[in-house]
Amino acid sequence: MTAELPPGLALQKVDERIMTLNVGPQHPGSGHMRIIVQIDGDYIVACDPDPGYVHRGEEKMAEYRNYITNIPHLERPVIHDSCNILYPYVLGVEELLGIEVPERAKYIRVIASELNRCIYTMYWLAIYGIFLGHSTMFMWPAGDRELLIDLMEKMSGARVTHAHFVPGGVRNDLPPNFEDVCLRQVNYFEKRIKEYAAIFYDNPILIARTEKTGILSRQDAIRLGTTGSVLRASGVDYDLRKKEPYDVYDELDFQTNVLKEGDSYARSKVPWLDMMESCRIIRHALEKMPKSGSVRVKLKPNPKGGDDSVYKRVESGRGSLGCYIVSDKKPEPYRVKLSVGSFRNLIALPYLLKGEKLGNMPSVYWSLNYWPVEADR
Amino acid sequence: MSVIAPKFKFSEFVKSILDNLFWFLLIFALIGVPLVQIILFYVEMPVINGELLTPFLALTWLADPSRTLPILKAFMTTDLFRIAAFPGFGFAALLAAGTIFVERKMLAKLQLRVGPFYCGKIEGILQLMGDGLKLLSKEIIIPAKADKPIFWAAPVIFVGAAAAFVALIPVAPGWVVADVDVGLLAVFAVIGFFPIITILSAWSANSKFPFIGGIRALHQMVSFEIPLILSLLGVVILTGTLNLSEIAASQSAFPWIVFLPVGAIVFFITILAELERIPFDLPEAESEIVAGWLTEFSGMMYGLVQLGTYLKLYAFAALFVVLFLGGWNGPMIWPPFPEEIITKGIEAGPITVQIPGLPLFSQETLNGIVWFVIKTVGVIFFILLPRGVFPRIRIDMLLSLGWYKLIGMAFINIFIALGLLYAGVLGPGGML
Repeated sequence: MTAELPPGLALQKVDERIMTLNVGPQHPGSGHMRIIVQIDGDYIVACDPDPGYVHRGEEKMAEYRNYITNIPHLERPVIHDSCNILYPYVLGVEELLGIEVPERAKYIRVIASELNRCIYTMYWLAIYGIFLGHSTMFMWPAGDRELLIDLMEKMSGARVTHAHFVPGGVRNDLPPNFEDVCLRQVNYFEKRIKEYAAIFYDNPILIARTEKTGILSRQDAIRLGTTGSVLRASGVDYDLRKKEPYDVYDELDFQTNVLKEGDSYARSKVPWLDMMESCRIIRHALEKMPKSGSVRVKLKPNPKGGDDSVYKRVESGRGSLGCYIVSDKKPEPYRVKLSVGSFRNLIALPYLLKGEKLGNMPSVYWSLNYWPVEADR
Repeated sequence: MSVIAPKFKFSEFVKSILDNLFWFLLIFALIGVPLVQIILFYVEMPVINGELLTPFLALTWLADPSRTLPILKAFMTTDLFRIAAFPGFGFAALLAAGTIFVERKMLAKLQLRVGPFYCGKIEGILQLMGDGLKLLSKEIIIPAKADKPIFWAAPVIFVGAAAAFVALIPVAPGWVVADVDVGLLAVFAVIGFFPIITILSAWSANSKFPFIGGIRALHQMVSFEIPLILSLLGVVILTGTLNLSEIAASQSAFPWIVFLPVGAIVFFITILAELERIPFDLPEAESEIVAGWLTEFSGMMYGLVQLGTYLKLYAFAALFVVLFLGGWNGPMIWPPFPEEIITKGIEAGPITVQIPGLPLFSQETLNGIVWFVIKTVGVIFFILLPRGVFPRIRIDMLLSLGWYKLIGMAFINIFIALGLLYAGVLGPGGML
């Protein structure tokens, strides 16, 4: 039968041995997406990730709102990491409008951004734990996350979706006595996450299960364009906080965590190590922060940009997060384009899962530090 | 208040209750009572004081309360009581229900949560009942292309097989439902049923995830049955019998775990695998294959499978106790029954009440039951604990563990047992 197929479609020969599994979108191990997996016995022959179930049109919506009213909806894709997803947009708008940010606001932003990175990573770690069948590792991070969420609530008034960053600084100054509380909570938090090693990262079953699975070599990691913890787990020392420091990251003392193995275990370990670095950054920033001063530059109502475009990127919990803003002398941006780390890491999934066992699918998939809603935007 | 039941009328509420009561009484009188009488007619009834206890005589305790305990005691010697209440299904189901509750609370404490809390006021003690009611009231959905008779039958057969396993466990001296001479062989035979039931239910669901789960369960159970059987051979070599009551009785001086720790470890690991508990819960691996072979079960069918699973858990833990921990043997901790209650009666103020028929159980039996329950609960605790500590392992790791390591260790255990036997230390005619 040679029927005319519409362009872009192709017939596939069906092998009797091969079974096609639709993992998702209604599946406990998929998130808001579908992975079409073809298995031969227990081995994965081919895998086709199919995102797009939670597309919200954030970029199109941004064209109908002005620079300030864009803030609350642009942080929706990752509500746990809302400061970081807003960061490049705010930096870009500041450059477009030519605003100089007060020093104290820069430090507050760095603290909020690192707190948000930890909040996101704890949520990610919780799901990584339950994907491996480790229910304690689901409950512990989900509970310890509350420490930092309380801090963010004190700072911005909201547990998630803070809308705290605005062009020209941050929305509110820190509440009184915040520094002491923050230092105490962060110290306790660091003590807690170090305890995870005993139950999770040093667990012999976990190591045997995730080591040497889904290996992404250094060359492949660069060639496929992965970012963030996935790239650093493959031995590439690439962190935008070091490479292109924004705000006050160049004045703070921290290091990037690079592991060489490139397997699921290394990819799951890098975000955990990053959280400890975040605690160091927060402590250092609290020390160096000016104790008083303005935190926001007063903007004109309904500010307009010039005939210009700007691209800014930051290191989010999932890697490089870029925002491209085009302005055409109107109160609304002409175009806002988000370039997110989740989607770029997902590209590696079919390469990693080919030839793996079905039991490795959840660990490899979630070790890619992928957030379905952010990838769909 | 008015939101919940806007047209609530108390009189209608009372009327509906009376209606239900009327129909219940009518059905009970027309069907229930004759049914009970017919069943009692066919059951072999005991003899008390030289007269056969007929179904009508069994109800004489209503007129003469002093006959209550003798009649109950007479019932306790019947097979019906052993199968339904103690040491059969009722006792096992009670322990299984307790296991579910303890598991949930223990896991919650381990994970810095509260666990069941509201249902039943005291630490959520009625949560299990609530869950059972919920499962009962849920709709049962069968996949359209399922093989319906087998799919319906699978949970029932599963519970049946688990109950058959429970029936072989001796709880106290003389207290066992089926005291067969080849008890251990019967246990192996019953265990051999579970993979068949699993694969039948998985295949009949005609769905992909149950199919993969069923195949995984088949691999797992078949490859762990061999080390399971081999690990128990050491005990059989040393005791020279397959009767579980005799094996338990042979450990009055010391439990076999003292001499056969390797076998006990192998048996414990195979228990975890046979029960599909973490870290061996591959047939139900949630993040990979939804719920494995349980995916298509809904409502009370799922509830039945859960009941069977926990009955199986109790039975395996009890088997571990019987084979390695000495069964009911233990120092006497139960206080003796006060003699003056039998001779003088209980003095309640001015009157003295004579209660004929006491004691129901002898002191040795009660002591045996207490020790058995303590040991079983301890083993169950160790079966539950890995769930909070370990992640799930992979199928290739599981198979290599089963076929290489555990079988090798089981053979080492057999050699230890043979060495002890031929050195003349243990076994029939041994030193100890």
